Amino acid sequence: MKDVHSVKIAVNGRLHEIDVESRRTLADVLRHDLGYTGTHLGCEHGICGACTVLVDGLAVRSCLAFGVQADGREIETVEGLESGGQLNSLQEAFSAHHALQCGFCTPGFLMLATALLREKLDPTEEEVREVMSSNLCRCTGYQGIIEAVLDAAGKNRGTEAVDGAVSRETAEDRVEGVSLLREAGDHTQ
Amino acid sequence: MSDSGFSGKSWVGRSVPRVEDARHLTGRGMFVDDIERPRMLYAAFARSPFGAARVEKISVEDALEVPGVERVITRSDLEDVPGLRPVLHRPEFVGVDMPLLSGERVRHTGEPVALVLADSPHAAEDGADAVAVEYERQEAVVSLDAALAEDARTVHEDMQDNVMVDVRSPDDSGVDEAFERAAVVVEATFETGRLAAVPMEGRACLAEWDGREDKLVLHTSTQVPHIVRTALEEVLEIPQQRIRVIAPDVGGGFGQKCVVSREELLVAIAAQRLERPVKWTEDRQENLTASFHGHEQRYETSAAFDERGKLLALEADILCDVGAYSCYPFTCGVEPLMAATEMPGPYRLERYRSRARAVATNKVPMAPYRGVSRPQFTFAMERLMQKAAKRLGIDAVEIRRRNLISAEEFPYESPTGVVYDPGSYIESLEECAGALDFPAWKERQEGARREGRLIGLGFSCFAERTGYGTRTFALRKMGITPGLDNAHVRMDPSGNVAVAVGTCGHGQGHQTTLAQIAADELGIEPSDIVVRQGDTETTPYGWGTFASRSLVIGGGATKKAAALLAERIKEVASHLLEAAPGDLEIEDGRVSVSGSPDRYVEVPAVARAAYLEAQRLPEGEAGSLEASAGFDPPGTFSNATHGAMVEIDPETGDVRIERYLVAEDCGVMVNPMIVEGQVRGGVAQGIAAALYEQLIYDDEGQLVTSTLMDYLVPTAMEIPPVEILHLETPCEYTETGAKGVGEGGTMGAPAAIASAVADALSHLDVEIDRLPITPDLLRAAIRDSRAREGNLS
Repeated sequence: MKDVHSVKIAVNGRLHEIDVESRRTLADVLRHDLGYTGTHLGCEHGICGACTVLVDGLAVRSCLAFGVQADGREIETVEGLESGGQLNSLQEAFSAHHALQCGFCTPGFLMLATALLREKLDPTEEEVREVMSSNLCRCTGYQGIIEAVLDAAGKNRGTEAVDGAVSRETAEDRVEGVSLLREAGDHTQ
Repeated sequence: MSDSGFSGKSWVGRSVPRVEDARHLTGRGMFVDDIERPRMLYAAFARSPFGAARVEKISVEDALEVPGVERVITRSDLEDVPGLRPVLHRPEFVGVDMPLLSGERVRHTGEPVALVLADSPHAAEDGADAVAVEYERQEAVVSLDAALAEDARTVHEDMQDNVMVDVRSPDDSGVDEAFERAAVVVEATFETGRLAAVPMEGRACLAEWDGREDKLVLHTSTQVPHIVRTALEEVLEIPQQRIRVIAPDVGGGFGQKCVVSREELLVAIAAQRLERPVKWTEDRQENLTASFHGHEQRYETSAAFDERGKLLALEADILCDVGAYSCYPFTCGVEPLMAATEMPGPYRLERYRSRARAVATNKVPMAPYRGVSRPQFTFAMERLMQKAAKRLGIDAVEIRRRNLISAEEFPYESPTGVVYDPGSYIESLEECAGALDFPAWKERQEGARREGRLIGLGFSCFAERTGYGTRTFALRKMGITPGLDNAHVRMDPSGNVAVAVGTCGHGQGHQTTLAQIAADELGIEPSDIVVRQGDTETTPYGWGTFASRSLVIGGGATKKAAALLAERIKEVASHLLEAAPGDLEIEDGRVSVSGSPDRYVEVPAVARAAYLEAQRLPEGEAGSLEASAGFDPPGTFSNATHGAMVEIDPETGDVRIERYLVAEDCGVMVNPMIVEGQVRGGVAQGIAAALYEQLIYDDEGQLVTSTLMDYLVPTAMEIPPVEILHLETPCEYTETGAKGVGEGGTMGAPAAIASAVADALSHLDVEIDRLPITPDLLRAAIRDSRAREGNLS
């Protein structure tokens, strides 16, 4: 017997109203119900971080969250990073520093770095290394990833908005549905 | 070699940004699990919970009751379907069948016994749990010692013992003679832990039946699509032209996906029988417990040195724990044969005797994993060098300098008949030692020791055979022989070019580098070239991507094919320019008459003339602008010296890497950024093998490291920045001058780390003969050594 719930989830500013089986993870909902296949599953037990997405701005392993827990929340995935067909400065830095090879872990690292750079405009190398050690990459040896995040952070220096990531303001502007959702009631419990 | 590859204007040699990046950075990559099909079924496997057991009864009734389950397939449904039976044409090889599903005996935990098909992945997993299997457990054989014991139970009932490959080098009595006159004989046993490749994307496949063409299409996360098709032909019983294998984006492989999996074949069979799409995506636990492992080896060695530290003779008894079956197509011989043939590495050696065995155990089968035996024997050789140096009072660099093959000795033929083409063995050692200020090291180390700190500097030297073709592979005597690869290059009417290759990159950036190679030949920009791979229907035949072969062999084929196309373009242009083809050159998107740069035609205009304005050409000259070429080189050796500086915490046994430096030579670098990425990624996996990763089975054959909580893939906190120095000895056997560089990092790092740890503890009489060097081993060794010293004082 399937236990199905109706949920409202905003992904990259677009509101989705769907029925979700209670045992379905947020990763499954994003990937297979909503088609955001940029979010990858590398271990399904919360170690590798390939499935990292932002839930209300916080980095979350979507393999460890249920889809129903995302009800009323704003999700950001790798598909939302570019704007107008342009890579953002974090994405550009990943390419410039050869921070990806097979690309499977890349979306998780990008979302993790996005969360870091919003919290901290100008992190030290040690801080970047520590946060990036949340996720696993098997191809690069991490050096390019660390350099890319530092490079993107460097480009933020002296700017108000976080250029290396989807800025909060921009996200809010685009996420009309989310504001409505939030006003409609408390979905976070 | 053509002259264009090395000119100042060439694309080869530049760190061109990767064309692969954009799709992966935006979530537009397409991995197997991203593909959906209508009416698709999901597959899950019921797997053996025991290391060894007789299968008494399989009941599928309960599984069929699970809502959503449509079908359960067991051995009894596959009566006429053969298992995977890889072959070595050698008397020392015992072939065994790897059944697609076990019906009588299971030989490792995780062995598939039933395939459940359901309308959702969850239902399929519930169904797999509901398959009831009665087992009669047997004693599991889980270690080399247990497998080789006199009274050992055999993993395969029809085998006499557990040895599946046993190769001995020709007897050389000169070995004994050398040992007799040696100043120093070093004897040691080295062991290395069992490893998993852990590509971030596990195995996955989606099979669909194309009823319109009576064709099976398999999308699979593989390094070798053409080889998967060959294996499918046998089990599907349809010709290869009606089988299409597609590797979309592949999330890493490292060897684990250069063999054919039982699951790939089973999913294809299910799709053929049910005429519905079937998808299987393994989870990480399956990837660790039921795919392929590697690198668990033991070396019993003796090495004879003269008083100056010159290596006189080497004797090695090599054991590889290859698990329960042979992998297809390489067989379980891949590790022992590599080890026996190439163990002398970059060192001059006259007398060599070895025996190498593949030993069956009740564990997951071995498959090639990045480096294949070379990380292990490099560890053994470098430790032997280090031990001899210590005994003789020679320093770590000097003993290597005295033994490395020197520039004037190339081409050098080893005692096993392997021919080493020119490299920079001694030069890379000097570069590495110089950059790490080796002359000042002893003083620095002693200063640290006075402060109670344990710091060490270690080196490792190795030669990496890459890009070897059919003739070299044929010496292995596999049932089917890898080696050749092909490229097809076609210009379209707009003047853009598609390169199709049989190699199958999965992170190595071939879509970028092969375009660079073709661009130089065709005088156009890499951005005007698209590289296609990973589809048996749209690419020429090729062996895929493994053994550091793709840039060398696929790149060589691409260069040859592009050069032929360039000739064809000149032929067409010659009619437009009214000049002889031999007087034309292609550069910067133009075909021009040599010496008269004003007489030119743009490349797109040539393409247009060939296809759309063919009336401008003489009869018979119209038609396509395309060319094909194959390449099958003998192989070439890259080389490198790795240097590691470590500090050991004597209380916790933790090893921290302070500096890591690689001085490498892979010939001509097509794209230096990508070369450095390969080196750094390889070093990370080598450090993992040196310090962190190890698959551990308990006595009953249960894998106790079956999650990434237990199997410790290192993070950005453990892997240091890697400094890289480049040397360049262009290879004369490869079209581009390039040598392969995919595995070297993994080969050098374990030995360099072990050398450094041993150096840090050199005053404590601690031997580092086992990998991984875990904190508990290190703490115990330090404690024991200090206790011994205490007793002595």
